[in-house]
Amino acid sequence: MILSTSLNSNSYSFIDKLRAIDYFLIIIVAIIGSMSVFSIYSTESGNFSFYTKNHLTRFLVFFSMFFVLSFVRVSFWYRQAYIFYILGILLLLLVIFFGISASGSKRWINLFIMNLQPSELMKIAIIVCFARYYHRIQSSDIQSYKYLLQPIILLLIPCYLVITQPDLGTAILIAGSGLAIIWLAGLNLKYFIYSGLILLVSLPFVISILKPYQKSRILTFFNPDRDPLGAGYQIIQSKIAIGSGGLLGKGFLQGTQSYLEFLPEKHTDFIFTLFSEEFGFVGSMLLILLYALLIYRIIRIGFSSRSFFAKLYCYGFASALFLYIFVNIAMVVGLLPIVGAPLPIMSYGGSSMLSIMLGLSIVMSCKIYSRDSIGN
Amino acid sequence: MIKKTDNLNKNKIISRRLFVLVAAKIGLLGIVTSRLYNLQISEKQKYEVLSDKNRIREWKTPPQRGIITDYFNNVIADNQRVYQVHLSLEEVSNFNNSIFKLKNIISLKEDEIKKIYEKKEKSKPWDTLIISENLSWNEFSKLNLYLHELDGAKPVLSTSRYYPYSNDLVHVVGYVGDATTQDIQNKKKIEENFVPGLKVGKIGIENSKDTDLIGNHGTKRYEVNASGKKISEISYNKETQGENLRTTIDLEIQQLAQELLKNQAGSICVMDIYTGEVITMASSPTYDPNKFTHGISTKDWNEIKNNKLRPLLNKSLAGLYSPGSTIKPLVALAALEYGIIDTKFKVNCKGHDHPYELYGERYHCWKKNGHGWMSMRNAIKQSCDIYFYEVARLLGVDKLSLIAKRYGLGSKVLEDFFLEEKKGIVPSTKWKKQVLEQSWYLGETVITGIGQGYIQTTPLQLCLMTAQLANGGYKIKPNLIYDKDVDLDIIKSKIESEKNKSVSQNILKDQEFKYYERLYRNPNNLKLVLDAMYGSTNEQFGTSFRSRHKEDKYKFAGKTGTSQVKRITDQDRELDLDLEEIEYKSRDHALFVAFAPYDKPRYSLSVLIEHGGSGSKAAAPLANKLIKKILDRHELREKIRKDLKNIA
Repeated sequence: MILSTSLNSNSYSFIDKLRAIDYFLIIIVAIIGSMSVFSIYSTESGNFSFYTKNHLTRFLVFFSMFFVLSFVRVSFWYRQAYIFYILGILLLLLVIFFGISASGSKRWINLFIMNLQPSELMKIAIIVCFARYYHRIQSSDIQSYKYLLQPIILLLIPCYLVITQPDLGTAILIAGSGLAIIWLAGLNLKYFIYSGLILLVSLPFVISILKPYQKSRILTFFNPDRDPLGAGYQIIQSKIAIGSGGLLGKGFLQGTQSYLEFLPEKHTDFIFTLFSEEFGFVGSMLLILLYALLIYRIIRIGFSSRSFFAKLYCYGFASALFLYIFVNIAMVVGLLPIVGAPLPIMSYGGSSMLSIMLGLSIVMSCKIYSRDSIGN
Repeated sequence: MIKKTDNLNKNKIISRRLFVLVAAKIGLLGIVTSRLYNLQISEKQKYEVLSDKNRIREWKTPPQRGIITDYFNNVIADNQRVYQVHLSLEEVSNFNNSIFKLKNIISLKEDEIKKIYEKKEKSKPWDTLIISENLSWNEFSKLNLYLHELDGAKPVLSTSRYYPYSNDLVHVVGYVGDATTQDIQNKKKIEENFVPGLKVGKIGIENSKDTDLIGNHGTKRYEVNASGKKISEISYNKETQGENLRTTIDLEIQQLAQELLKNQAGSICVMDIYTGEVITMASSPTYDPNKFTHGISTKDWNEIKNNKLRPLLNKSLAGLYSPGSTIKPLVALAALEYGIIDTKFKVNCKGHDHPYELYGERYHCWKKNGHGWMSMRNAIKQSCDIYFYEVARLLGVDKLSLIAKRYGLGSKVLEDFFLEEKKGIVPSTKWKKQVLEQSWYLGETVITGIGQGYIQTTPLQLCLMTAQLANGGYKIKPNLIYDKDVDLDIIKSKIESEKNKSVSQNILKDQEFKYYERLYRNPNNLKLVLDAMYGSTNEQFGTSFRSRHKEDKYKFAGKTGTSQVKRITDQDRELDLDLEEIEYKSRDHALFVAFAPYDKPRYSLSVLIEHGGSGSKAAAPLANKLIKKILDRHELREKIRKDLKNIA
């Protein structure tokens, strides 16, 4: 009996599970997904070819994966959190030895069906790992040096591995996601202030160890006209494209900046630029609104979850998602230097799509198994 | 184990922290939104312009030059089809390689290749380079055969300037060449319509009338991609051809004149004495203007430049010569007008043994044995120097200068139409003070009386002078371009009304005259002078008697001139060498001015042969042939004049 009641409280009928699914969230993802397919279609000037086909396939595959993995019990993620993290580190190490290089950086592993970018997986792994880490720590212990140092080390390892690839953008996103959870867990504000000050002081040193292209990107950010045909080209062209889109945009498949190839990297980092050129301010705001709704739904799921793991994970993932979106858009509108960060779901790229969908499936699993109180 | 109270506490912390985080997110979202608003709403215009600048590129298409014809509508400057090869730089993968291949196919010379590289330095990556402007058919077909190996090379059918009567009209029409930076700076029309490869007039009518001839360039607007490749044509504003020009030149007479001057240095000018239309303006030797269109080769250029007879000098209006005896009718007229002499005034010419003497200086007549007692008519007819020494002395150089200027000497005939035209010198006491800062000597007056000394004139000025004497003494407006507003009947009626006007007291004072105004005081004076010129050609002992026409309808009146190149010494006079025995450079220039037909004058002409010897032997015989041709074509010209008037 006791066993059965305990089973009851933790067992869910399939109908229950289906009922518990946040369909609203799924619809938002599907809408953004289809918008992304049309955008990629536009980057190929209205030809249904390589990029569009690939992107559509990936979206459908990973979207299905998201749906299926949603039924994996949240306690599984809790239990495997550290394994997930270690796996991520191992894959990052594997990149060093067996990685594929492209345009000067070594970021990918050839998995035959796709090139996997482990740093993208690490973005999720760090959130899962930290959610588990802070799940059990009492609020009073959080300020202790032991619990301060451990997560910092956990965070520095992947960041270091990713920076050396080199991939500053992803490293910043990983660090940002990790810090978001540390913040949520309740680490004293003063530590954030201190480390912020330390970062500021060490900035000259940091800049000195940056690669020349990274340095020029940062210098270019402060003055894009410094080298309008070189380092400043991307951001100048991106601003022209967005600005010339105006209120309502130039229309679907009518974006001259992208159609005539003035836009670099238009299907990856600069997909927002293309979208904004074709659909204008109204379209951009709609897309941002959809993202905001997505983040809101994720936070809502976290709010209604019982376990700290689920809460921390959902809040953390929502913050990470916000960070990805913010960094990408701020970058293409010229508010941040070009660091190389994809726009979730919209950008072309399998690993990014995989990690976002994986992250979402854990969120959904938190929703479905919201009554679970893990580890208690 | 985590306690329940702690759980609550932790929950609170997380929620509080989340709240801060969400607040921060909303703030950041606000920043992004305002940035988007800024870009897409506030600065939309700016970025729209930038976007259009990115995607739209303009190509200018060259205009065709207007065609130039003679009076009878014969084309003298045409546009001809030419085969060219252009190189589109954006499509060339390896420039050196392409040039090397082209060099083998169309045989480019080293200096041409050097020029191509220079041009490439100055062009933009999407520009098109003209590799060769004028390929032979052979080269062009060979090029087409190898075209698949030549990325970016384009065979082009274009037009370029062509002068069908190459050498005959170069001093009138001029030639074209590539526009230089200076050309572009100097003429607004060129600047506005400049297209790489545009040809502009360098000299002659091509240069003077460039603004009318050039036309307007077209504009093709293309949408291009980031690497400058044309995607689609947006608009094409077609180029317009320049205005066609009709000149006043009679091609056949011009050709005859050039033929007559062949192998000699000299000039022939023919003018309508009423309309001022320049019918012929020949200068010899000439050169082929077609050679300049695509850039002249060094060899050809040196050949032209080093020719001792100076083909580049337009002798009709930039060659300066002492008028010699051709000025005598004018001197006589001046003396008559000022009442210095009358028809009975006589001077005794006693030959070289008894020359004219002034303050110990001796002045000789050209005739060794002397003319004897000379009246004005005889002095002009036989060109007696002694008579004119005396008349000039009595007249004074300033009065002579005033009348000479009045009839067209000392100023540019075509005003500023030709860059190279010179105004010459008509000396006066004031002129010498100002320019040479010396006082005038009476001896200088004496030699000015026979057209020697400081006086310098162009053949075209002499032609104008003769025209304004022959038309009865009225100022005309010389012109080289047909002008529908110049109407013969109106001119003639204007002259008629001037003739009957009472003459003002000041007529002999220095003053500006309007076109078709009378220049003389007493019409009889002019008649006397013209009659003397008749005698010179049509009566025995006249200096051009041998060149006369016996047939009444071709009868003309003229005046020979022999212009000394260097001072004749007593030794020269003693030797009395034949022309062939004198060094070319030291031989006298031969001159002749005339008007025809005598009874009803209509045309004036001037002939000059550099170092031709005497005017009566070298220059006057050419006038004989020319006048026949001119008068034979008179009816035809009048018919065209009427037709043109009817069209207008």
